[in-house]
Amino acid sequence: MRSTAIIAAREFRRYFISPIAYAGAAIIFLALSGVFVLNIGFGLPTGQMSPDGRMVLQPLVFVLILVTPAFTMRLLAEEQRAGTLELLLTAPVRDWEVVIGKWLGSLGFLLVILAGTFIYPIVINQFTIPGIDQGTLLSAYIGLVGLIAAMLAIGVFASSLFASQAAAYVAGVGIILGLWIIGGIRAGSSALSQAAAYFGILNHYYDNLYQGVLDLGDLVFYLSLTALSLFLASQVVESRRWR
Amino acid sequence: MIQAKNLSKYYGNFQALNQISFQAQKGEILGFLGPNGAGKTTTMRILTGYMPPSSGSAVVAGFDVIEDSIEVRRRVGYLPETVPLYPEMSATEYLTFMGSLRRVPDLENRVADVLSEVGLHDRADSYTGNLSKGLRQRLGLAQALLHHPEVLILDEPTIGLDPAQIIEVRDLIRKVGSDRTVMLSTHILSEAQQICDRVLIINQGKILADDTPNNLQAQMAGAERIFVRTTTDEKTLAKLLGELPGVEEVVRVAGGVEVSGPPGKDIRPQLARAIVEAELDLLELRASKVSLESVFLQLTQEENDRDASEEASE
Repeated sequence: MRSTAIIAAREFRRYFISPIAYAGAAIIFLALSGVFVLNIGFGLPTGQMSPDGRMVLQPLVFVLILVTPAFTMRLLAEEQRAGTLELLLTAPVRDWEVVIGKWLGSLGFLLVILAGTFIYPIVINQFTIPGIDQGTLLSAYIGLVGLIAAMLAIGVFASSLFASQAAAYVAGVGIILGLWIIGGIRAGSSALSQAAAYFGILNHYYDNLYQGVLDLGDLVFYLSLTALSLFLASQVVESRRWR
Repeated sequence: MIQAKNLSKYYGNFQALNQISFQAQKGEILGFLGPNGAGKTTTMRILTGYMPPSSGSAVVAGFDVIEDSIEVRRRVGYLPETVPLYPEMSATEYLTFMGSLRRVPDLENRVADVLSEVGLHDRADSYTGNLSKGLRQRLGLAQALLHHPEVLILDEPTIGLDPAQIIEVRDLIRKVGSDRTVMLSTHILSEAQQICDRVLIINQGKILADDTPNNLQAQMAGAERIFVRTTTDEKTLAKLLGELPGVEEVVRVAGGVEVSGPPGKDIRPQLARAIVEAELDLLELRASKVSLESVFLQLTQEENDRDASEEASE
């Protein structure tokens, strides 16, 4: 586990000198600030919008679907391209320690960004009476951490598949979009459509966690998706040894 | 320290290694000599625990590379062919990262020590991406030495260096090789001759020869040939030397004669005495060595010819 922590710390620090990380963070905050200003300036005064701490979260989720794979695409793909993976795999470190370390580093950076988005609910809370529903907000944020953890793990898996960052990005976005679209198939009560709804990556978020329903089952879903993705990524890394 | 037994490796249908076995002792510098694609890197990757062999086994520093891969990796320092560096890290940061993964005690001092050992102390804060090829190679070597490994595996350590750097790196390898096992690959024959205690010649995944550089030469030379030049004409000289006891053959060559004696016996003193007693003026008398280069070319050529004739007979 110490090796995992060392790799996680290195990846976390690496984000603060990465242009792509700053570009990703800039996109997130530009999008959220735009939505926020529109809501505060037009939505609230005209009564189309009620004061809600979660007003930036829906656009945030949408932007994250496109941006998280950009945060993870480098993690394993670049090591393969540069040959540094050979260095890590001949150090006394297990394959899964490398994979989990990389994922933890990216999670750390995304949590910093997520902490930054807290500014919007705080501002709304200051300017409305009696303030916003903080319980719902907390549940929505906890759910968001689960969603982000799962999306990052999927991104790490995509990154393990390729030596090209661009390919890793496209694959990452592809898998996440796929899991989003599957969740849209809710018509009918057949076992298949129910299963599809279960695997919808956003259903667990918007149906419960976003609504303030802090259901353990939904968090377990994100945790399982994270574990599965990281397991697959470890397998892919290990399979490189056998080629 | 290194024991490889019947290692084979397939990449799909391509057989990169064919049942190779060899060993290396502590304090030995083992050269791995072969043309590109002979299986040198594959063998090294197996010994460092990067990938398992398709069949066969290897024990490095007392641990099996498949069963105890992590223990092997703890005890091996490895410099891959393309020096793997993180361009955004400084030399010190890079070594600190690798050292912490390898749990090197007193890391800060050790990093400083190893940097000066490879002559990089004045570039400690340079980004590795800004280092020249030679300096990158040295940093890679520093990374391999960092944790005092018992076994050092270096894949073409002098490739891409200028002549002065090559000499420096060779000296460094000789220095660190005195108390551990070093295995290095190269396709520069004179390099193997200069730094290695023992040389393995490998071609098409098979070991063709395993001996000291000197023995390999002797083996090919059969008997040693001695070149003699005097002020007399070659005919007279050949006649004189051909009558000496112990001289087996005299061949006239450009500028002088080449004399061969029985294997393992040095006939130079005899020749010198005979020439002086005959009152001839001796200008030159030297052993004309068969270079490792010709040994290598002959062995790999024989192997290729055999393959060709096998294919033809099929």
